[in-house]
Amino acid sequence: MKSLAELAAIREKMQNKVVIRDGSSEIRVVVGMATCGIAAGARPVLNAFVEGVNEAGLADKVAVTQTGCIGVCQFEPIVEVFEAGKEKVTYAHMDAEKVKRVIQEHLKNGKPVAEYAITNV
Amino acid sequence: MIRSQVLICGGTGCTSSGSTVLVEEFENQIADKGLAEEVKVVKTGCFGLCALGPVVIIYPDGTFYSKVKKEDVEEIVSEHLLKGRVVERLAYTDVGHEVKEEDIKNISLNDTTFYKAQKRVALRNCGVIDPESIDEYIAMDGYAALGKVLTEMTPEQVIQVIKDSGLRGRGGGGFPTGLKWEFTSKNQADQKYVVCNADEGDPGAFMDRSVLEGDPHCIVEAMAICGYATGATEGYVYVRAEYPIAVARLKKAIKDAREYGLLGKNIFDSGFDFNLHIRLGAGAFVCGEETALMTSIEGNRGEPRPRPPYPAVKGLFGKPTTENNVETFANIPQIIFKGADFFNSMGTEKSKGTKVFALGGKIKNTGLVEIPMGTTLRDIIEVIGGGVPNGKKFKAAQTGGPSGGCIPASLMDTEIDYDNLTAIGCMMGSGGLIVMDEDNCMVDIAKFFLNFTVDESCGKCSPCRIGTKRMLEMLDKITEGKATLEDLDELEKLAYYIKENSLCGLGQTAPNPVLATLRFFKDEYIAHIVDKKCPAGVCKALLNFKIEADKCKGCTLCAKKCPVGAIVGTVKNPHTIDTAKCIKCGVCMSNCKFDAIIKG
Repeated sequence: MKSLAELAAIREKMQNKVVIRDGSSEIRVVVGMATCGIAAGARPVLNAFVEGVNEAGLADKVAVTQTGCIGVCQFEPIVEVFEAGKEKVTYAHMDAEKVKRVIQEHLKNGKPVAEYAITNV
Repeated sequence: MIRSQVLICGGTGCTSSGSTVLVEEFENQIADKGLAEEVKVVKTGCFGLCALGPVVIIYPDGTFYSKVKKEDVEEIVSEHLLKGRVVERLAYTDVGHEVKEEDIKNISLNDTTFYKAQKRVALRNCGVIDPESIDEYIAMDGYAALGKVLTEMTPEQVIQVIKDSGLRGRGGGGFPTGLKWEFTSKNQADQKYVVCNADEGDPGAFMDRSVLEGDPHCIVEAMAICGYATGATEGYVYVRAEYPIAVARLKKAIKDAREYGLLGKNIFDSGFDFNLHIRLGAGAFVCGEETALMTSIEGNRGEPRPRPPYPAVKGLFGKPTTENNVETFANIPQIIFKGADFFNSMGTEKSKGTKVFALGGKIKNTGLVEIPMGTTLRDIIEVIGGGVPNGKKFKAAQTGGPSGGCIPASLMDTEIDYDNLTAIGCMMGSGGLIVMDEDNCMVDIAKFFLNFTVDESCGKCSPCRIGTKRMLEMLDKITEGKATLEDLDELEKLAYYIKENSLCGLGQTAPNPVLATLRFFKDEYIAHIVDKKCPAGVCKALLNFKIEADKCKGCTLCAKKCPVGAIVGTVKNPHTIDTAKCIKCGVCMSNCKFDAIIKG
């Protein structure tokens, strides 16, 4: 390594991998991963969020985690988005395609996707 | 794509409580559940809460699991990682108040009382990164400070930043670090050296070990910065051979840094060369003294030499040398990277920044804490440390190991910094903080440390070699109830004589534990001498066990348990102890169900 640019390149490459340990994310995306959720296809949804958030460069702002049964099993896969100071948004019947739109419109631009939401947005 | 990371503490504390098998078990279970692509296991350095080890943190939730056993792993993987349900029985949720069940998931580590009052600078990466990965260190802005000094700053500017930061030596002396660097930089020589003192010898201290284990690259980076600032091209880390994990990780760090060109020739194309070597110490306490340490690196028997000349003039191999302690170095990259103001905005007027303490003894949260200078002893012990266990009363805290003193309960609100501690006849020391409760005898504590210094005195000068031995004999006499008040005066006189006449820091500070306990707990010494009693019931020669006849039910349990048959009596009648036979082991007392046996 002979330059600061090379050092910066390694830092860029690695930062996504350690930023998760910061614990200070502004937004929490929670995927319901109980038996009902998994059976309805929550795992691809979860993975789509993890990948999409990283690709969109939102890893330092958004934490993607999972939770148990949310209670409305007929709407699984369910995703909840928590943001400090705002009402929780709950999305129902999610799939990997819908995830892309939620990342783009809601997580990136701050506008919840009313079409998928079962809460008032 | 990794969505979750399992951080497992790989420090010495958690390794000995079984974290190595956890790493393996987590990896197996995660693979079994088909999560290998999504969840990564990372072995880190010390999180600090050693009392609750082995500890595991799961991100992004930041859930903190304590005392995790191999059998628990499957449950954590299938519940938490697969289904997203926190395993409540293992989650650490001490936030100073009751927690509602639904809130457990949202408690992050930084909310707990143990971490809330802490401020991590030297330990910032410990328990956060994989210490064996140079890439993870770089991700945390590692080596950016080195890049900055080599490409943007002159050596004088570097020294000025360190001076402005107010950083003082964390090994115990508290000498301004910037000034020390400046002395070496001003001395011209064909070769200069940087030495890192990692010969952490105080009983109960493990700050330096944890930094080396948890964040070895920060020491490598800091030493290179120091080399640039002072004009040195060679560095030595003198580390105890008893720290195998620290040594292994440091070796790997040096090797990786060399491969990346962050050590070696022409670093960052700046023309600056720097190389680093490790020397293993054999565990002699005196080798923590800077001149003895350098003598040992040179390959000679570790004995101190008179100062002046100071190492900045004539140090390692007779060349100008800068020697700093591990924790001092650990602060350097942050100071350079974030600026002097970042550092001097923390702490008190004359003691800037933070200090790491190793909490030990009679305290609930045994472990490693880093607090801003000026935090009170009460906050450290009662809030962060969780207080004294078993409802016992706090008596004193010992700081600075065998060179230090003690802080009694009456001075618990003292704000910890270099000058406040010196003012009460104590010293900061390297950061060992041993808590004592009402069951500790202060004369016995002084004796323990004197015993240590008698063993560890190198023998080069007579005040230390002979003087400490004579002091220990006097303490023996006191704890056996054979001393007179004149002996106590003699003890004090001798203590001052040794302080003033010893060659090096070891001898000059060896009497401190006696002087400090005499200052605050003279009544205990007098009780031993005049009343022939040990108030805490520790000194065996002054101790007698008695059975209170009205409380004894004659259950015969004590007589059965007594290893020397010193207890006699018949069933359902009060028993008695034959003091001539009694060896004062205390087995009878701990077994008696009726509290009928007392110390007196």
